[in-house]
Amino acid sequence: MQAMLKQQRSGVRASQPARRAVQIRAVAAPMKAATSSKSPIIAPEVAKDLYYDMVLGREFEEMCAQMYYRGKMFGFVHLYSGQEAVSSGVIRQLRQDDYVVSTYRDHVHALSKGVSAREVMAELFGKKTGCCRGQGGSMHMFSSKANVLGGYAFIGEGIPVGLGAAFQSKYRRDVLGDEKADSVTCSFFGDGTCNVGQFYESLNMAALYKLPHIFVVENNLWAIGMSHLRATSRTAGDEDPHIYKKGEAFGMPGVLVDGMDVLKVHQVAKEAIERARRGEGPTLIEAETYRFRGHSLADPDELRSKEEKAKWLARDPIPQLKKYMLDHGLASEADIKALEDKVAEVVEDCVKFADESPKPERGQLLENVFADPRGFGIAEDGRYRYQLPGFSSGTAIVS
Amino acid sequence: MLASRNMRASGARVAAAPAQRAILAARSGRRASLAAKAQKKEIMMWEALREAIDEEMERDPTVCVMGEDVGHYGGSYKCTLGLYKKYGDMRVLDTPICENGFMGMGVGAAMTGLRPIVEGMNMGFLLLAFNQISNNCGMLHYTSGGQFKTPLVIRGPGGVGRQLGAEHSQRLESYFQSIPGVQLVAVSTVRNAKALLKAAIRSDNPIIFFEHVLLYNVKGEAGDKDEVACLERAEVVREGTDVSIFTYSRMRYVVMQAVNELVKQGYNPEVVDLISLKPFDMETISKSVKKTRKVIIVEECMKTGGIGASLSAVIHESLFNELDHEVVRLSSQDVPTAYAYELEAATIVQSSQVVDAVHKIVGATAPVRA
Repeated sequence: MQAMLKQQRSGVRASQPARRAVQIRAVAAPMKAATSSKSPIIAPEVAKDLYYDMVLGREFEEMCAQMYYRGKMFGFVHLYSGQEAVSSGVIRQLRQDDYVVSTYRDHVHALSKGVSAREVMAELFGKKTGCCRGQGGSMHMFSSKANVLGGYAFIGEGIPVGLGAAFQSKYRRDVLGDEKADSVTCSFFGDGTCNVGQFYESLNMAALYKLPHIFVVENNLWAIGMSHLRATSRTAGDEDPHIYKKGEAFGMPGVLVDGMDVLKVHQVAKEAIERARRGEGPTLIEAETYRFRGHSLADPDELRSKEEKAKWLARDPIPQLKKYMLDHGLASEADIKALEDKVAEVVEDCVKFADESPKPERGQLLENVFADPRGFGIAEDGRYRYQLPGFSSGTAIVS
Repeated sequence: MLASRNMRASGARVAAAPAQRAILAARSGRRASLAAKAQKKEIMMWEALREAIDEEMERDPTVCVMGEDVGHYGGSYKCTLGLYKKYGDMRVLDTPICENGFMGMGVGAAMTGLRPIVEGMNMGFLLLAFNQISNNCGMLHYTSGGQFKTPLVIRGPGGVGRQLGAEHSQRLESYFQSIPGVQLVAVSTVRNAKALLKAAIRSDNPIIFFEHVLLYNVKGEAGDKDEVACLERAEVVREGTDVSIFTYSRMRYVVMQAVNELVKQGYNPEVVDLISLKPFDMETISKSVKKTRKVIIVEECMKTGGIGASLSAVIHESLFNELDHEVVRLSSQDVPTAYAYELEAATIVQSSQVVDAVHKIVGATAPVRA
């Protein structure tokens, strides 16, 4: 689905001058593909970090599939396999104090941002050592340490939250006078989300207030069984829907990028992040990507054609980067194998950790409902309910 | 237009009552302090709310306001009048019309360290923000395993006004009631409005703060900048023995109107303003029920699934043996609020209904007192 802008000459419009199609590009000069010269556009350490992160994401998700079918995790589990280039390409260059917001397909975003594989797997197993004490689950990964603001089940509802984090960053600089406050927020969501009202409300506010927020659309062409082409209208004159064009309509750059090429994603994201840090406002990035598995582990995935899947499997981002690193001397075979072995170790370890971790006790039930437990109110005897015996064992009557 | 400041300044010079003037004349040395005491500085509820917001914003730089027309327009009910001049456009943020969007933005800001006050121009508009209020505001602290808190105040006018039509006359307290993780507070007087709003802003929990569209011009005395109420406490408006009348928001005034009539007839009702619609203050409530053994709930929300429905269930379940009569609920009809005056009046509870209910539950004539 390349961006081919057709100029339609219908009967009415033939008499009018042809409209010049404006192509939205990245703000900086477009990235040049590496030529035969031996100067790659990325440092070896960065390339290796990206490779490691993508392999970790892939192996982790594949392990999730195994664990799900073995009855270790339950409910709705949405795997990210195939889309790793977007998560790694964007998130690996963020700082610890930058924020990430995601949807239910959030395991790999959490990993890329620095949440330990142990904590994510334990959360998936519903153990109390999980990043959310087992209370969030697959679709609600949060980490205050790594500044992952969730994990949202209703698509679109995370984007305004991302805007809030960006607003806070700008507030710290402009209102509280902290000159060093320049954290950015990246919100990740899919093609289906781009038809939700909150997406448009957020585009408007982000541009209006010039918030340091980056909209990262992971367009994998499918929202469960609904093809993007059947769900989304086209800009006048276009054959296919183009999400990145919606950026310009709201006054921000809209950038289209090959979401199976981690280096291209990295470059485009770098420009957007630097723009945001300089206070120049938001960017909309549309990354064309694909999920190799179904929408969730419960999805029979019967609507996507074999040909389509094969076409995208052939563009797997991981072998692409491996080849690139070898061709450009960024890593040796041995280096790469070492990275892969490390991932295998980490994934095996996190499953063991999750398996051996204890389940949450009943006492956890009432603990985190309110940040201030006085919110449960005053009981008949005049004590606050959280002071009653049974509160910390989760058996108190609180309403 | 710092109206409250001007009033305070000039208020001190408003004439004291005649008897007090004599005292003041006689003791000129203590004139100032006596004058201050004799003064009942009365302000309107909107000014009291504005004072609360102003004081808390001054005290804590992370407190900010977001909403439609809160900035340059000063707020549809003037609760943020002039504050943008003092605090700037970012701290008093004029949002576009996108309730779900800016409520979510408030949630994200709260999660990352700010303390936003999000205003719904009319509480009814917050129906558009239900996704963010229910899913994010209420749930995030829990689903994140306690890692993030959402110290938001969601405030605005609700209730039935004067012929504002069905959509502007909604009572959302019953809709928000079941959301785990939020507290619901309904203010009724100038004093409790200011003190409770200060408490709500300082609270680490998300508080849904119900003001009433017809109470903004109610006059009364407000507390000083250190008066911060307890969010979980009900208010005993009038002590009595015959019957406990539990109410909140504007219905408090309807009840007190009925009570004035009932007192003339020899009755002695107890009136409790719930204040905290969720959680219920069971200490105050149970104490009252044990004393009078009869309960009438007077509320403006609809009968079905209302605050009264919850309260009635709780009272029956936990205080059954303390009751001499089943709990009587006076609520609005399960009917959209009509525009026509007569139909609107027939939808909500009127004071005559309260009088009738007391007659029915206590007896047609007032009980004989020892």
